[in-house]
Amino acid sequence: MHKFANPVRFNRLANTLLPWTFALTVTLFAAGLYYALYASPPDYQQGDSVRIMYVHVPASSLSLAIYVFMAAASAAFIIWKHPLAVLAAKAAAPIGMVFCGLALATGSIWGKPMWGTWWQWDARLTSMLVLFFLYLGYLALWQVMEDSNKAAKISSILALVGVVNIPIIKFSVEWWNTLHQPSSLIREGGSAIDPSMMTPLLLMLAAYGLYFVTVLLWRMKAEMAEKRLELALREKASWS
Amino acid sequence: MKAFLTLVRLETLSSWRQGGAGMLVVMFYVMTVSLFPFGVGPDPAILSQIGAGIVWVAALLSAILSLDRMFSIDFEDGSMDLLALTAMPLEIQVIAKALSHWLNSLGPVILATPLLALVLQIGTEGLIALILTMLIGTPALSFMGAIAAALTASIKRGGVLIPLLVLPLYIPTLIFGAGAVAEVLAGTGGETGNLLFLGALSTFSFVIGPIAAAAALRTTME
Repeated sequence: MHKFANPVRFNRLANTLLPWTFALTVTLFAAGLYYALYASPPDYQQGDSVRIMYVHVPASSLSLAIYVFMAAASAAFIIWKHPLAVLAAKAAAPIGMVFCGLALATGSIWGKPMWGTWWQWDARLTSMLVLFFLYLGYLALWQVMEDSNKAAKISSILALVGVVNIPIIKFSVEWWNTLHQPSSLIREGGSAIDPSMMTPLLLMLAAYGLYFVTVLLWRMKAEMAEKRLELALREKASWS
Repeated sequence: MKAFLTLVRLETLSSWRQGGAGMLVVMFYVMTVSLFPFGVGPDPAILSQIGAGIVWVAALLSAILSLDRMFSIDFEDGSMDLLALTAMPLEIQVIAKALSHWLNSLGPVILATPLLALVLQIGTEGLIALILTMLIGTPALSFMGAIAAALTASIKRGGVLIPLLVLPLYIPTLIFGAGAVAEVLAGTGGETGNLLFLGALSTFSFVIGPIAAAAALRTTME
């Protein structure tokens, strides 16, 4: 693990990976969107508006996965003091938040023709909204802390507290209200989705995932460059 | 144990003598609740229906109001560093502080609740349920709140950040607290489950709160 704590080695690895992940992201998005918007059948009940699913479902599942990734990276930082781990957590947060916002927005657009309303206080929508708030708090904490070393540890603690609370919040919100259809992707006795819709969905899921990896590597590289710049400026200031 | 009680007593004294924090919290609580009839109209039927929810939301907001004093004052005058040097583990100190927060901010809030229940036409049965849920549920507000207070202790004007960090964590308490009262009032008999969950949330935050808050305080003092 610690082998990649070396920024030079990480940069080399990122530079080798990036062209591949970038190309794959573009290809998968092209293929996924072709299937999603053109080559898959409309739903027998929902018609063409079912196609929103292909942008909605990957965004929502990834935003949750990214929070878990963030918390895992924060834990790695607290336990092993791995400096790249907290950088990964910090770089992942805005991406997760954008996915979360995208899931809320597309869900709202999908909800209008399906449920007849832009917003419903239903369990899954509401827990998504809470997840958005958790992302917001994490990023705000980074913003206001002046000392970046302290900010790293403090925000890692917050990410861990958040991830412990997510299942509790989700469960209690579900107890409170449920209207959203239950997950049909993963379910006992196989998936409930027809293969013709499964293909674009999985393609889009992979495209979103690779998009996350690409942007994450970019952001981590940018964070490191910023740190180096800061150090160089400080050095220059101490010389003059 | 003696040191623990001393710390609780000290916190209580200072919170009442430095501007009477408890009184301010209660005034805020009562005023917030009495704003609602202006907003939703004076119809008793509507008020009694949404009353328990209003009271619970106002209690959450009141709890947040005094959270930023929990550690930041001790940081400013340097007593936090001295406290950290004592033999008492930081986790225990957080428990003492959160307990004092509960006693001095939420205690008065609970005491003022009967009056508000009267004004909001909640009724005796609902009032008993409301007090019971608050007694069981509000410790979670103090112990979860301790985390946010500790995370923001060193930030100037960190008090603005606290609501953003802590309100999402308060949602389960609000759901089960207001839910239990609603079950009692509707006579559907689901209140026991809600009360058990409230107790679970308080116990859980009693465990996780001190550990996370103490870790944050250690980082801040480095």
